Amino acid sequence: MSKYSVKPNLSVNFAGIHSPNPFWLASAPPTNTGEQIMRAFDAGWGGAVWKTMGAQVTNTSSRYSSINWGGQRMMGFSNIELISDRPLDVNLRELAEVKKRYPKQALIASLMVESTREAWHTVVQQAEDAGADGLELNFGCPHGMSERGMGSAVGQVPEYAEMITAWVKEKARTPVIVKLTPNITDIREVARAAKRGGADALAAINTINSITGIDLDTLMPQPNVDGRSSHGGYSGPAVKPIALNMVQQVMSDPEAMLPLSGIGGIAAWKDAAEFILLGSGTVQVCTAVMRFGYRIVEDMIDGLENWMCEKGFHSIEDFRGLSLPKVTEWKDLNLNYKVVAHIDEAKCIGCGLCYTACWDGAHQCIHVDRVSGAVNGPIELHAKPTEVEAASRSSITVTPIPKLDGDIARQPYVTPLARIPRVDETECVGCNLCSLVCPVDACITMVEVKTHLPAETWEERSAACLTGESC
Amino acid sequence: MQELLQQKPEIAEKFGDLHPPFEAQAAVVEANRCLNCFDAPCTSACPTHIDVPKFIKRIASGNLHGAALGILDANVLGASCARVCPVDVLCEGACVMHGFNEQPIDIGRLQRYAMEGFRAQGGKLPRKSDENRSEKIACIGAGPASLAAAAELQQRGFQVTVFDKRLLPGGLNTYGIAEYKLHLADSLDEIELIKELGVEFRLGVEIFGETSLAELEAEFDMIFIGVGLGAMHRLSIPGESHPGVIDALQFIEDYKTGKTTPVEGNVVVVGAGNTAIDAANAAKRLGAMSVSILYRRTRDHISAFDFEYRQALQEGIHFLWLTELMAIHSSAAEITSVECVRMEIDSDGLFKPVDGSTFHLEGNMVIPAIGQSPMLELLAQCRDVQLEHGRVVVNRTTGQTTNPKYFAGGDCVNGGREVVDAVADGKRAGVAIARLLEAIYV
Repeated sequence: MSKYSVKPNLSVNFAGIHSPNPFWLASAPPTNTGEQIMRAFDAGWGGAVWKTMGAQVTNTSSRYSSINWGGQRMMGFSNIELISDRPLDVNLRELAEVKKRYPKQALIASLMVESTREAWHTVVQQAEDAGADGLELNFGCPHGMSERGMGSAVGQVPEYAEMITAWVKEKARTPVIVKLTPNITDIREVARAAKRGGADALAAINTINSITGIDLDTLMPQPNVDGRSSHGGYSGPAVKPIALNMVQQVMSDPEAMLPLSGIGGIAAWKDAAEFILLGSGTVQVCTAVMRFGYRIVEDMIDGLENWMCEKGFHSIEDFRGLSLPKVTEWKDLNLNYKVVAHIDEAKCIGCGLCYTACWDGAHQCIHVDRVSGAVNGPIELHAKPTEVEAASRSSITVTPIPKLDGDIARQPYVTPLARIPRVDETECVGCNLCSLVCPVDACITMVEVKTHLPAETWEERSAACLTGESC
Repeated sequence: MQELLQQKPEIAEKFGDLHPPFEAQAAVVEANRCLNCFDAPCTSACPTHIDVPKFIKRIASGNLHGAALGILDANVLGASCARVCPVDVLCEGACVMHGFNEQPIDIGRLQRYAMEGFRAQGGKLPRKSDENRSEKIACIGAGPASLAAAAELQQRGFQVTVFDKRLLPGGLNTYGIAEYKLHLADSLDEIELIKELGVEFRLGVEIFGETSLAELEAEFDMIFIGVGLGAMHRLSIPGESHPGVIDALQFIEDYKTGKTTPVEGNVVVVGAGNTAIDAANAAKRLGAMSVSILYRRTRDHISAFDFEYRQALQEGIHFLWLTELMAIHSSAAEITSVECVRMEIDSDGLFKPVDGSTFHLEGNMVIPAIGQSPMLELLAQCRDVQLEHGRVVVNRTTGQTTNPKYFAGGDCVNGGREVVDAVADGKRAGVAIARLLEAIYV
């Protein structure tokens, strides 16, 4: 029987909210209307967080900007759009309609109102009456709303966050999710406050304060609203590492830990798997959908299922949080562990990127001396990059002409030995840089070298120092 | 001369770019594919050692002006080389992407993109020295080797004069490159940059005879010989003197300068080098009913680059291997047929005619393309300049001949290579002449 023959179960129970899969749309333009959310559910999304409802606002024209990198568009994305600019009653009427037609999908109402108990009680009641499966408190919006004492203005002050969460909990009958802002020194502070306030779950991260760039023709920062710009909320692939770190911080903190909906740069099943491995119960997606549409969920579901089959996981809970114990503080890392770079000669294409990176960005221990003879040791013993290049530039090269040079039939491309760099393992510190810049998969690997020393952490070593044992 | 530049619309239509230029966005996408190799193999493979990753990354970063200046610093004919270089056997052939099972970076087209952007913005060649020096250098021949030497020296403040017996500068770059690779007008436009530096061109002036060389020696401190090769080899067969026989370089020059009317009938090209293929493709594009290339040896022996051969097949050129042309038959007005004989390889590996294999082929025009002869007469007149196998003997790193006042480069030294080889020779000689003069007259 093939390992793919039994489909894993993707359904989740997130703090009491049931969802056919962990893929939710984040509160954002893709969840602006009922019509959109129904199309999203048809495409396969397991849940949706309605674009934040509250006091009606007016949005600017234009609203978005992005950064491109290496010819790829929208590596990072920024918006200055506020919460829903549609009347609350229209949103709630549509929410009720969606819930009636799609009872199995999770439908969450994102809320943001002025910071009074009454305002929150009212909006909670309205959202739940409309049929929301849960409430997400938007304490994260970093632009516009924060200037009016809402959004991240709440999320940046643990006391406010705790107080408002508590107000909501007084009224709410459905699970309450607090969405956290990353625009704070330590995200755990607010997560703990939310937990103290009685939150049932957390969502992280909201967008990050940003200026995406400046038009060098007009000197105008982006986006341009009638000759002025304003800082926006940054999202997209660029923010994923920041989000993963914050998710890990929250999920490793007993005072903060709650069911968590992971957000930040998720565009594919691999991203989702990573957030779940750090403890997320569901994931939320916005920017990737804004770029590619609802149908990206098809591969998110399919890819995650296939990976789970390969790994033998039957449910999301089977692997949720498995990577959390592998993250520790730096002081707990083994200082006696050693790896060195190994270049696979058969795979090397001779681009020399590892050589440049090691010489200029690391520890000068990769050399192009396979032909001239390997030399191990410090930098002084080796030809420098400028000398290597100068030698080739001063060489005389001519176009090979069959009539003059005889048979020049092209051989299949083989990397010349002289172009395959060599690692001086005596000097290599095992930093990984060469393996990161190498464009060929699995060409440079980091191989463990036995030091025959017992594992020793910084904490242990400094303790030994203090007691005078050794340093 | 101006009328020569008026390209006929039917020529332009029939000789569209073989490799169309990049659109701006496509260029950036392609530029971003470049890995930015250390000691890049493409740069090493280029005879002029253009720093390829440097200019490509400048395209990627949006610094088009800097990209072009980077190219021109190494190769003053960067614009034409971008189009005429056999990149398959040079930069692109060396690209590490081959080892990746990927398409090499489209270096030639990116270089063209940078150079055309530079010209469109009115870019000029920079000076390399603010100093104006009094020493004068003569360059004989206005082909790529001389142009490169002249530009290098003028940029360094010397006074350079370029002589050519033709009315247009550029040598084979102007007269001898297939129009679908490089338009005649574009070759001249590139030379404008060199003129703007202050290089003097004395065109329509033939340097020949000991007197004119002596005058040259008297007027100039140094002389650079960049005369290229001479006339094409003759077939030496009966019927060769018929006006329907026109050698490949003449044929290419004629259509490029608008002298050739449409080609009619069946065309027979003799030889299978790159020039033969350029002529055959042109004849086909100009309307020939059929074009056949006759070659006395086999596919494995041709001197054309593989990509040129494949291009010819695409253009519908027929190749007759192991076929030698024996005679050209004609009525008074036109060639009627050509007489050929089949060849075979004997046990010693030599090619010899097969007895009784004579056959006739319909043909109305014959284009011999069996190589050029060296300019022996002229070279022999250069005092104390030693030749070997018809080539000028030089120090490869300086281009200096056995007469220290004479330098040489390009086809007359290397036996007939590419434009980029001539540029490399010329530049090396230019640098060496400058260093020599700077050392003599501090």
